[in-house]
Amino acid sequence: MIPISFNYKKASSVDEALSLMTDDAKILGGGHSLIPALKLRLNSVDTLIDISKIENIKGINDNAQSVTVGGGATHASIASNSALAKAAPMMAEAAHTIGDRQVRNMGTIGGSIAHADPAADWPAVLLASDANVVIKNKTGQREVDIDQFFTGFYETALADGEIITAIRIPKTAYNANSVYEKFKQPASRFAIVGIAAAAEMDGNVVKALRIGVTGLAEVAFRPMEVEKELIGKELTEANIDAALGTIANGVSVMGDHYASEKYRTHLAKVYTKRALLRLK
Amino acid sequence: MTNYIGKSVKRVEDKRFITGQGNYTDDIKIPNMVHAYIVRSPYAHAHVKNIDTAEALKVPGVVSILTGADIPEAIAGVPCGWQVDFKNGDTMKEPPHPLLVRGTVRHVGDGVAVVMAETKAIAKDAADLIDVDYDVLDAVADPKKAAEPGAPQVHPDCPGNLCFDWELGNPKEEVAAALASAHHVTELDFVNQRVVPNAMETRGVVAQYDTAYDKYTIWTSTQNPHLIRLLMCAFVLGIPEHKVRVVGPDVGGGFGSKIFHYAEEALLVWASKHIGRPIKWTCDRSEAFMTDAHGRDHNSNAKMGFDKDGKIVALQATTFANLGAYLSTFAPAVPTYLHGTLMQGLYTTPKVNVDVKAMFTHTNAVDAYRGAGRPEATYLLERLLDLAALEMDMDPAELRLKNFIPAFDGVEQPGYQTQVALQYDSGNYEPVLKRALEMVGYENFRKDQAAALSTNKILGIGFSTYIEACGIAPSAVVGALGARAGLFESAQVRVQPTGKVSVYTGSHSHGQGHETTFAQIVADKMGIALEDVEIIHGDSDSVAFGMGTYGSRSLAVGGSAIVKSIEKVLDKGAKVAAHLLEASVDDLDYAEGKWTVKGTDKSVSFGDVSLTAYVPHNYPEGLEPGLDFSSFYDPANFTYPFGAHIAIVEIDKETGATKLLRFIAVDDVGNVINPMIVDGQIHGGLAQGIGQAMHEGALYDDTGQLINGSYMDYCMPRADDFPSFEIDRTVTPCPHNPLGVKGAGEAGCIGSTPAVVNAVVDALWKAGYKVKDIPMPMTPERVWTAMQG
Repeated sequence: MIPISFNYKKASSVDEALSLMTDDAKILGGGHSLIPALKLRLNSVDTLIDISKIENIKGINDNAQSVTVGGGATHASIASNSALAKAAPMMAEAAHTIGDRQVRNMGTIGGSIAHADPAADWPAVLLASDANVVIKNKTGQREVDIDQFFTGFYETALADGEIITAIRIPKTAYNANSVYEKFKQPASRFAIVGIAAAAEMDGNVVKALRIGVTGLAEVAFRPMEVEKELIGKELTEANIDAALGTIANGVSVMGDHYASEKYRTHLAKVYTKRALLRLK
Repeated sequence: MTNYIGKSVKRVEDKRFITGQGNYTDDIKIPNMVHAYIVRSPYAHAHVKNIDTAEALKVPGVVSILTGADIPEAIAGVPCGWQVDFKNGDTMKEPPHPLLVRGTVRHVGDGVAVVMAETKAIAKDAADLIDVDYDVLDAVADPKKAAEPGAPQVHPDCPGNLCFDWELGNPKEEVAAALASAHHVTELDFVNQRVVPNAMETRGVVAQYDTAYDKYTIWTSTQNPHLIRLLMCAFVLGIPEHKVRVVGPDVGGGFGSKIFHYAEEALLVWASKHIGRPIKWTCDRSEAFMTDAHGRDHNSNAKMGFDKDGKIVALQATTFANLGAYLSTFAPAVPTYLHGTLMQGLYTTPKVNVDVKAMFTHTNAVDAYRGAGRPEATYLLERLLDLAALEMDMDPAELRLKNFIPAFDGVEQPGYQTQVALQYDSGNYEPVLKRALEMVGYENFRKDQAAALSTNKILGIGFSTYIEACGIAPSAVVGALGARAGLFESAQVRVQPTGKVSVYTGSHSHGQGHETTFAQIVADKMGIALEDVEIIHGDSDSVAFGMGTYGSRSLAVGGSAIVKSIEKVLDKGAKVAAHLLEASVDDLDYAEGKWTVKGTDKSVSFGDVSLTAYVPHNYPEGLEPGLDFSSFYDPANFTYPFGAHIAIVEIDKETGATKLLRFIAVDDVGNVINPMIVDGQIHGGLAQGIGQAMHEGALYDDTGQLINGSYMDYCMPRADDFPSFEIDRTVTPCPHNPLGVKGAGEAGCIGSTPAVVNAVVDALWKAGYKVKDIPMPMTPERVWTAMQG
């Protein structure tokens, strides 16, 4: 478990990290995906630029329109943040289910979504929350709508040499009424399926609904037809059952020794239903 | 009053472990030491056409790279320590197991070359540059498929991949006849899947050759230092034993996987002289998954017949046992003499036949893993019993009570002779089951179960009443069964002049707490303080001889050897005391650390006697000075712990996810020296046994690739997977060893696995899904699939 040797540079600011970037460099956040890959020699790198000590991307700021989560915020800090607990309770709920305490203390949200593991928890939650990803590069800053961020199997809209500095979670009625339900792979504790659901209700009727699904397909996604079907309806078992048939439409479902494609699809339905039934 | 036996004395070894001061093999650093990395085959079966090391040798810091071709022909391969011959008398097939392959790789992880360099990182970088040209061949991983005509052959001289076939018990025809006339026959095909031991400390070796003394020292993470020395010196390297010191320092768990002599040990010892430098090798976790001897891997069919009252009339068990590509040290014994001999269980079954085919496959070696054969036997029996109860609509507890062997203490009543060779020492089986039923609240549970049927969370209960053979044991018996070594134990009790006691034991502690339990025995029997006793183990230059620790044998065999030496010390001490007290030995009592003349207050302390023995100015005529005795203890029989385990599970009908709600274990391990340590052993065993039922399982695909060789894929059970275990004990002392102990290390692992699977099958059956079996591990998908019809 010894990686191929590499250079290590610790950045004290995002600008410094960007200035250190080269074609052969990689950004090191909490290191919980990259370091194991390096140690198993599945991956090698010329230079690691460590951004885990940059203080101003670790915070979680409560603003008028949104909560801004620093790209370097750890899962543990998200799990215990009171502003997020109110603005988007699914954030804390998901953070609690990630790995174990040690992983949560080291791993970062920015690192996780940059890696874009198809079974990671954050993609589902951020899709459901309509987040914006704040990205810095050498020429400036840009924001990417989360719906455009996850582009494929371990692929994102992040270009080489860019750093995720923050994720903006809008303060919306649906985010304030949001849940995360996860069926864990027992060894890795990644999601076999993870369902984030956020709904704005008008009485008992759904006014707005966003669902994020992770683990089921090669990339996290929103089951748009399910969302659409339930708008204007009550979240009853019958209505939900009627809407769930399309959940895997258009996606490439994953299967492995632990959960086949058929079983994963079934679980996605069960867990989506469980999530939706918890919404008030 | 010193009274330690039966008390939960805190473990004296824990201070150094908890404060990070343990000294494990990888902690050992020797000046001028190089680091080894072993290049391993990524293929299960391939011809090695060429190994090009030219680029690797150019890496700065590389000291030497060796392949199989560099090892002298005179060095033999890794030997097997147990011989089980074919039914027809033909000799067991024993294909060569070279230290590094010569021409053909036979499993993923087979050693191809060793790189030695100034650092492990350099060795690994260089290893990446070694170009091995493989000609990949077809492979077979499943033991039953390996027996099919046309299956890929693992060894050219082992036709049909058969290592041996073996049978035990009553003639097959008699069993078949009993089954044919039975009122009911329960039949099941099932797989006892392969598991990976996963000791917390991976294996490691440090080897050093000392030119001044022409002597080798090897530190190795082993359960069994003396046997490693014997096998390595006499069968592999041809080095005289007195020129090799084997040290098993602090060892972080073994579970069986560190009993065996591994190729890396002999390879490093030989190479340390060859390159003239000490060498360290520490196994990576990924390597451990591929190369630590695995456990279980049986593919069985079994039939159990009953009369109309539920009495068992016969059992036929037929098993394909996977031994892997090479024979590990005890591999042939595990599916035979540690498995077939337990097929009577706790029951009066009059006809039993066990038929085993031991198969070679293109997989890592399989050998003893916590329980070793006995869990497989228990699994087979106990699955059949619960299933038979469901099929016959009988109560599984009642069915067992009907079939239990009546109580016998092995003293007034003789031991119980089974149909499968063993004679149980003592047993009283009803009380463990009845206590477990009382603890579980059986009647109430059945009401809860019925009520839960209308919900999405169904409940099930599973039973397992097991027996095991421990304290492995009489050398003459195991010799007759094919062991190529004795299975006694040695102990030396050396009293220092000041009355402090050093005990040298051939047992080896790697988590069991011998330094505490053994010290409790010594302090108690000698009437001295626990702090005045030190237990020394694991070093072949200190300890006279040892057969190591496995098969729950340390206390029953090693502890008994200590008792023998204590008796010798006290006998001689009494002579010295009698001289000092001017009394006859017969007039002395020994208690609380002093000899007293009966009926008087005249006494002399153990310390004064010890000093006198070493400063023998005023001393009995003709008596040798000193107070230091060795003993070898070879028991009269195995010991036979037993118990009753009950699992209660809840199944989420929508997902198949199974939650273990309660686990009750009532075990009888004979007398108990340290209840806390025994509880810990039971808890650990339960975690492993339940882990096999619910989570663990090595997966080889059809090409022989190990597809879940990491903790991201292979699920080890964790604390939050378990409820708080509810445990209790009964005590039926062993009649044939001086401590009356039976052994506790494996009980939890042997009894628990079928209880959990039975609970799931019970839940499903009662909910209307009449499935006979859920393959282990019982993943949610497997349980869910069973409910889809």
